[in-house]
Amino acid sequence: MMDKGHVIEVEHLTKRFGDFTAVDDISFHVSRGEIFGFLGANGAGKTTAMRMLTGLSFPTSGKGIVAGFDIWTQSELIKKHIGYMSQKFALYGDLTVQDNLELFAGIYGVSRRDAGQRIDELLGRLSLSHERGSLVKDLPQGWKQKLAFSVSIIHKPEIVFLDEPTGGVDPAARRQFWELIYEAVDEGITAFVTTHYMDEAEYCNRISMMVDGRIDALDSPAALKARYGAGSIAEVFDILARGAVRSE
Amino acid sequence: MKEFFAFVRKEFLHIFRDRKTLLVLIGLPTMLIVLFGFAISTEIRNVNIGFFSPQEDAVLSRLADKIDQSGYFTSVGWMRSEAEIDEAMRQGRIDVALMFGSDFTSGLYSPEGAVVSVVTDATNPNNASMEVMYLASIINEYFGSDISRSVSMRMAASANMSSASGMLVPNLRMLYNPQLKSSYNFVPGIMGLILMLICSLMTSVSIVREKETGSMEVLLVSPVRPINIVLAKMIPYFVIACVVLLNILLLTIFVLKVPVAGSFFWMILVSVIYIILSLGIGMLVSSLVRTQIIATLICGMIFLVPVMMFSGMLYPIESMPVALQWFAQVIPAKWFIEAIRKIMIEGVPVRYVTMEILVMTGMAAMFFTAAVVKFKDKL
Amino acid sequence: MDAIVIRGLRKSFRKDQPPAVCLQGETVIRKGELFGIIGPDGAGKTTLFRMLATLLDPDEGSATLEGLDVVRDYRKIRTILGYMPGKFSLYSDLSVKENLEFFASVFGKDIDSNYDLIENIYCRLRPFEKRKAGKLSGGMKQKLALCCSLIHSPSILFLDEPTTGVDPSSRRELWENLAQLKAAGMTVVVSTAYMDEADRCDRVAMMKSGRFLTVDSPGNIMKRFGKRLLAVRSDNMFSLLKDLRSLDAVEKCYTFGDTHHVTLKDGTEADAAMIASELESVYGHKGVKVYDVPATLEDCYMNLEEE
Repeated sequence: MMDKGHVIEVEHLTKRFGDFTAVDDISFHVSRGEIFGFLGANGAGKTTAMRMLTGLSFPTSGKGIVAGFDIWTQSELIKKHIGYMSQKFALYGDLTVQDNLELFAGIYGVSRRDAGQRIDELLGRLSLSHERGSLVKDLPQGWKQKLAFSVSIIHKPEIVFLDEPTGGVDPAARRQFWELIYEAVDEGITAFVTTHYMDEAEYCNRISMMVDGRIDALDSPAALKARYGAGSIAEVFDILARGAVRSE
Repeated sequence: MKEFFAFVRKEFLHIFRDRKTLLVLIGLPTMLIVLFGFAISTEIRNVNIGFFSPQEDAVLSRLADKIDQSGYFTSVGWMRSEAEIDEAMRQGRIDVALMFGSDFTSGLYSPEGAVVSVVTDATNPNNASMEVMYLASIINEYFGSDISRSVSMRMAASANMSSASGMLVPNLRMLYNPQLKSSYNFVPGIMGLILMLICSLMTSVSIVREKETGSMEVLLVSPVRPINIVLAKMIPYFVIACVVLLNILLLTIFVLKVPVAGSFFWMILVSVIYIILSLGIGMLVSSLVRTQIIATLICGMIFLVPVMMFSGMLYPIESMPVALQWFAQVIPAKWFIEAIRKIMIEGVPVRYVTMEILVMTGMAAMFFTAAVVKFKDKL
Repeated sequence: MDAIVIRGLRKSFRKDQPPAVCLQGETVIRKGELFGIIGPDGAGKTTLFRMLATLLDPDEGSATLEGLDVVRDYRKIRTILGYMPGKFSLYSDLSVKENLEFFASVFGKDIDSNYDLIENIYCRLRPFEKRKAGKLSGGMKQKLALCCSLIHSPSILFLDEPTTGVDPSSRRELWENLAQLKAAGMTVVVSTAYMDEADRCDRVAMMKSGRFLTVDSPGNIMKRFGKRLLAVRSDNMFSLLKDLRSLDAVEKCYTFGDTHHVTLKDGTEADAAMIASELESVYGHKGVKVYDVPATLEDCYMNLEEE
């Protein structure tokens, strides 16, 4: 069933907790090299859906293929072939930049030989080579996020999941962060992003809007704005979220 | 006052919503009392014993029966040789053996005396000395005190029966706990531990939790005097501590059947002083630290572990090096346990525990003063 | 009448680091004003709020709330102040109603005494009164926290990043609520990292590294934006970004929603049409659109940072 050009393919994915349906029969696909925005109000089911896609929990029913592996039977392989970054947990603040990089390279199974070279390359690209020995907690917030993103793709995954990666970052740093995402996508990595910044939603190739566990809309930002006659994605969000009945 | 009671009500809600913690607080002392009372008993019971005598002797057979019936020992019968005893001990069939010298009975009336050796498996030295003591008292009783003076016992106490020998006639009189029932000693220890746990650990963690979640910031920026916030936290834990105290006392009397010798009134008063002292510690800790984990570590390591070590619950303080004995004097629980032990088990009048009560009251005053001084109504 | 007067506040936590807050001169927030403090994490917003809310004493400088000094009269200030800290999480094991009742009684009030003030916000929570606060969604928690900080009818309200992690719809509702409070005469000071929200304030202070970059109404700040600003788009947005930066006339180029924003160097002759034709002819972009746009607060913030 897997289309070669699709990095994620999901059919009728459902997750229930007791009589509560957190994710309600969603079907969609994400193409290779795409920036896919995964939007929705708090409690719409984004986190639950992300957990299933990243192999952290099993669906109640439905099918899903992520990076070529089945979410039912190959969740361990999925974890090896994806990257994950969240604003809540990024890097260990009490370790140095170098320590963090070596640690995560090890966790993602990058061989010792490749690791040194990739770390140099990564620090060079971020122009952070001089901060190698600094503790991560002493870096400015924007640098931390950029470093965390680079770490999440250190093993060159097929797809990287970004869970509200830019919360609380200043506008300039937020843009530099997105340029990093563009660069990674340019190299063939697919990005799957959740965000509460509606201007960031505009940077995505396609966005999906989750409401009450369902995906109510999925298209390019321009097409969505045209369909709902809205001037911005924020307006589209409002129109769709207004129809929501539940809040977590 | 209305604000104050709103706080107290809120604290009770927190406690009753957190069923698991409440269950631990009430269940833990119950479990400890029952566990110590029945399972971890330091007295000996049903120790396997073997006998050896060069001659058959009706008097000695009756002695063996008497030992068997004592309940402390179980006879596995007469052995044919010293080698067989050795073998049985190695195989673990017996833990202790009684070897009578030749012509033991007649020797009792001779000036040289009769010789009996006790051989014990001394891998557990406490048990070994206890076994020797019990055996000696049974033999003494059997032959009557006039004869016993001439019975000398040679004891070889070692795992491999190297027959190190020594002459001893134990003549012990046990005070306050004549049956050597170990249940008595640990009750005050457990009280000291549990009350400290509830009052210092639980209160400090609960106050520090408000700092961690940020609600303390909101409460500070309100007209309520911050010291009242802390005092309101103590009331529910004071109540719980009293419930636990009653629970322990009832279990001690009705389940362990420890005959409480002293005055109930003073026992409870001493406990209440100790509870207040522990609350003071909790308050001091909470005003010094910012995170729950640090509060837990401080209460656990600085106050709870020494309670176990220096309270006399595990080791008698008198047998510690002098420096540590001095250190024991600053452990609040040491004074509490001593006072409770005196009142509960020795049943002495309250004037003998004046010292303990004064020390605890002084400590309580000190902790509360320090806590109030250290308490900041800013961040 | 001035509600809040700040005179050069300064606070530092570690000697080897620059101060967390270092404000110079005098800043006045008027009574009944909706005042925004915008800046990223680490700009010093929370430290500033804590000093104004009498939780931290400043190292230098002073501030007054309704004429009361934050250090000397802190007890009196605490009766007139509503404060909602950023990480405020209520008591998750108490129900919605129990939380509200508790915070009301902290101030010696009950729910009914100022119900009209919170009615608009609380009506959405009513159906969930019995639910534990920990089981509410982010937006609902924020509403409840707001109710709890309003229940004693404060004359000044501080909200530290009330919208972080909250979805756009709930955020908009919160701002509507704040506008109502302002209409009722309350002085409201809000901090946020979302620039687009700041438009709703009467005046904003843009904060960075402990200092105010500028304090003015959003309209004036945007008017003062002295550069020519263009919005540019084409079919390949990523390479467009690099290509725009290589143009001589371009001073700065950054992503902005579905377009890139470009500021032009002072004194350049270039305009929208010239840039569009250069992109098409030299770089081969397709679907190019270039047009002038007015600056937003976010544009202003990004250009202020440079100075």
